[in-house]
Parts: sequence; C-alpha cells; structure tokens
Amino acid sequence: MTFPESNLRRKKLGQALMFGLARAISYGIVAILLLILFFIVKQGIGVVNWRFLTAMPENGMTQGGIFPAIVGTLYLVAGSMLFAFPVGVMAGIYVNEYAKEGPVKRFVKMMTNNLAGVPSIIFGLFGMALFVNELNFGASILAGSLTLGLLALPIVIRTTEEALKSVDDTFRQASYALGGSKLYTVRKVVLPIALPNILTGLILAVGRVSGETAPILFTVAAYFLPKLPGSVFDQCMALPYHLYVISTSGTQIEASRPMAYGTAFVLVVIVLIVNILATLLRNYFGKKVKMN
Amino acid sequence: MGNKLETIDVNLYYGDFHALKGISMFISENSVTALIGPSGCGKSTYLRLFNRMNDLIPNTRIEGQVLLDGEDIYQIKPSKIDHLRRNVGMVFQKPNPFPKSIFENVAYGLRVNGITDKSFIGAQVEKTLRQAVLWEEVKDKLKKSAFELSGGQQQRLCIARALAIEPSVILMDEPASSLDPISTGKIEDLIFELKNLYTIIVVTHNMQQAGRVSDYTGFFYLGNLIEFDKTKKIFTNPSKPETENYITGRFG
Repeated sequence: MTFPESNLRRKKLGQALMFGLARAISYGIVAILLLILFFIVKQGIGVVNWRFLTAMPENGMTQGGIFPAIVGTLYLVAGSMLFAFPVGVMAGIYVNEYAKEGPVKRFVKMMTNNLAGVPSIIFGLFGMALFVNELNFGASILAGSLTLGLLALPIVIRTTEEALKSVDDTFRQASYALGGSKLYTVRKVVLPIALPNILTGLILAVGRVSGETAPILFTVAAYFLPKLPGSVFDQCMALPYHLYVISTSGTQIEASRPMAYGTAFVLVVIVLIVNILATLLRNYFGKKVKMN
Repeated sequence: MGNKLETIDVNLYYGDFHALKGISMFISENSVTALIGPSGCGKSTYLRLFNRMNDLIPNTRIEGQVLLDGEDIYQIKPSKIDHLRRNVGMVFQKPNPFPKSIFENVAYGLRVNGITDKSFIGAQVEKTLRQAVLWEEVKDKLKKSAFELSGGQQQRLCIARALAIEPSVILMDEPASSLDPISTGKIEDLIFELKNLYTIIVVTHNMQQAGRVSDYTGFFYLGNLIEFDKTKKIFTNPSKPETENYITGRFG
C-alpha cells in the first residue's frame, strides 16, 4: 500500500500548528507573570532599603518601614502551617491508606474538594464566629493562624493523598510480606517515599496563606500597631492587609503609594524565598529517599 | 519429605469472580514446586494464599483449608498474620527494593519485627547476602542506595530481604520474568541452592525454567488445577491433554 504524500504534508502542518499554538500560549503565560513581576519590582525596589524592612511605619504610614507587617505575616504563615500541616497530612494518610473504598471515603474526598473551593472571605467570617467569638480567642494571632490553617487544609490533604497514591503498591506489599504492620509500613516505607511530594503541598499552602487578606481581616489583622505582638493572643499586622489598607483606606493614599509598592515587592520576595527554600528541602529529601 | 503446605478444596472468589475452583494440592518440605499456566489462570492467586496476601484485596472470599505444618492459616487470629508472614517470605515479579540503602533493605524485616541488636543485624545481613550470592558484589557499598544495583542484583537483594527473617517457606511470583537471561540463570541457580533450607513455590511463565528448577509442577487453567505431579512426569508424560498442549506451546 502507498500513501499519498500530500496527506503526510498536511499532517505535518497540523502538528506544527498545534505545537506552535501550545508553545505560544505557554510563553504567553510566562510573559504575563514576568510582566507582573517587572511592574512590582520597578515600582517597589526603589522604596526598599534596610530601614524600610526594619522600621515601624511613621507619619500615617507614608514613611518609615513595614517591619511589623513582615513579622506578622511570618508568624501567621508559621502558625497556620503548624496547624494545617500535621492535621492535613494525617487526614491524607487516613483517606488514602486507611479508609475503605465506599460512600464514606467518597464523601470525605468530596467535602475536601468543596472546602478548597470555598471563597476565602467565608473562611474569614467562619474564623471570626468560631475562634474570635465562640472560643473567645479575640482578634489574635491564634485565631488568624487557625483560620488560615483551615484555608490551607484542603491543599495539604489533597497533595498528601496524591503523593501517597503515587507510591507503588508493591512497596507496601513487600513490607506486609515481611510481617510489617500497616502503621509500620506507612511510617517506614510509604511516608518517606511520598515526603518530597507532600512537601510540594506545603509549598503551595504557604504560598496561598501568605498572600490571603480576607481570612485575616476579622480574625487578626491590625490597621496599625505601635509595637510588635507579644503573645499569640495579640493582634498583628500582615503584609497583604497592610498593602490593602495603605492602598484604599489610608489618610493619604497618594502619599503612601510608594510604600504600597514596596510592600507588594517584599510580599512577592517573601513568597519567592519560601518557595525556593521549600523546593530545596523537597529536593534534599528526594535525594535522601533514594540514598537511604 | 513431609507435606509442608497443603490446600484442601480451596475456593477463592473476587466478588463474583470464581478465581480458584476447589484446589487440593500439597507442597513437600525442602522442595521446589512450580506453578504454571496461562495468564489469569489463578496461579499467582494460589501462591498468595500461603501468606494471606489475597486478604489485602477487598471483597475476597476464601473457602476450604490452607494448612501450614498442619495448622489452618485461615483460622488463626488476625493478630497472628504478621507472624505467618514472617514464616512465609515472598519475592515479587518486579524487583522492588525499598528506596533505602542495600544494608537497610536486608535489615528491614528484622527491624519490622523488633530486633534492635546492631551486631546481630549486621551479621544477619552479611549471612543473608552471602546466601543470596550477592555479598561479593555489594560488600563495599552497603550504604549505597539499592536503586544503584542492576535489575538482577536488585532481585537477589529482594531474595536476601526475604531470607533475612529466616522463613521456612519462600513464595516467588515470576521472580525472573523482568530479567535478562544471565540474571535469570543466577536466580535459578539460587533457587536450586536454597531448596536445601527452604520450601519454595515459584510461579513462572517460562516452561524451561519450571523444568529446570522444580521438583513438582502444578498446571493451572481457568482457576482449576488441571494436573499436579513430579516435574519430570509433567514434562515428559503428562496425563492430561490440556497439560500437554500447554507445555508444548500449542495454547496459552
């Protein structure tokens, strides 16, 4: 059998078109990201200096620095992860390793997915109702961290679940065949293999949490505080909220514009640093898994 | 030679699927028994009866008796299953060393079972690696990842891993099917060596392999045990036409 050549040529042309389109779209996405970064860096970098990073805001937040907001954001990210990471990983382990296939498991998975889709302001209101009022934590780092933790939970659960699912079943079987219990197998074989991917979930969650404004609006964020928080029951400032107030509801919005760009720049850099650190951590564990 | 293992009229169902149909068979101590048959005939399922690995698959139902040293292993307490699996080791189709060091792979079974004595673990790891004829190749890189070994070495490592906790039975599920001919030869030599100390059941798709390494052969087809006899008899003078058709390559 012989094939007409024109057919081949058309196939090639079709392929070139499709791949060209796909390539253009992916370059476009990168271009948009670079554009955003360029804009923020261009506007913000001139403002950022050592004083900006380490001083308190001054003159109605038109001058001085954003130190308390940086500290506040770091506290909130750490606090929310302290809650969401262990709880989320345990939930993921339960769903993938222990729960039997059936309606209960399907329901839990469906609810986790739904939780991920809930708008963040709803988390904020819920956090205010439960942690601030009902549990009487007041507007505090504790209440804010827990609220942000709830927001991060579905991300951690889902990535943990996926990470565990991707662990080849023959590893589990080999461990059972040696007399290993389920718990021992999960701890010594499954988790170490899945750890690098679980850490990816942590990275995603940190990125999400550090930029959220709505959940901390009613639960922790302060417009302006003259001193740093002293305990988890104090309020604190936070970068995204600070950015929001000096851009929209300050007394001299125009005068504080450079401060806003500086804040945005710092927020982006912090998220970037956390991402890089977490990626390094993941690669380190990835290597360790292979070596050990 | 006594009967190490015996099944009496065993039926196994995966949900509605009748995977093993009334299998009665015995396995002699310190012998190699080969299970042959086309894909999906039930031979792997039958193998996994003996360390209760089928229990891990939901909706599995088992009838009949499976005896190990005269005791029905499906009547034991669930808490004793770990104990059973210590006594009945398993080697899988694809080499599946853990992503740990060579040393830790072999030590795993000991650690699982609560042994912490470092010098004992060290001695046992060496002894077992020697048994698996791997020691000379790995003695200088015990701390290296098991993934750095070749496929054949990995499979011998998996055999060492199974041997380390001193089982009396070893189940092998197509242990050489993913290996090259030279590695396969090494595994077969090893099986031949090991039968002095262990009772071995090996599932294989490879007729020559069954003929070379085993003392007894069972031929499975569609969940039935068609014929079970001395390997010599099966391969020279099978009593059932289905068996003859299969081993001569006319189907399956």
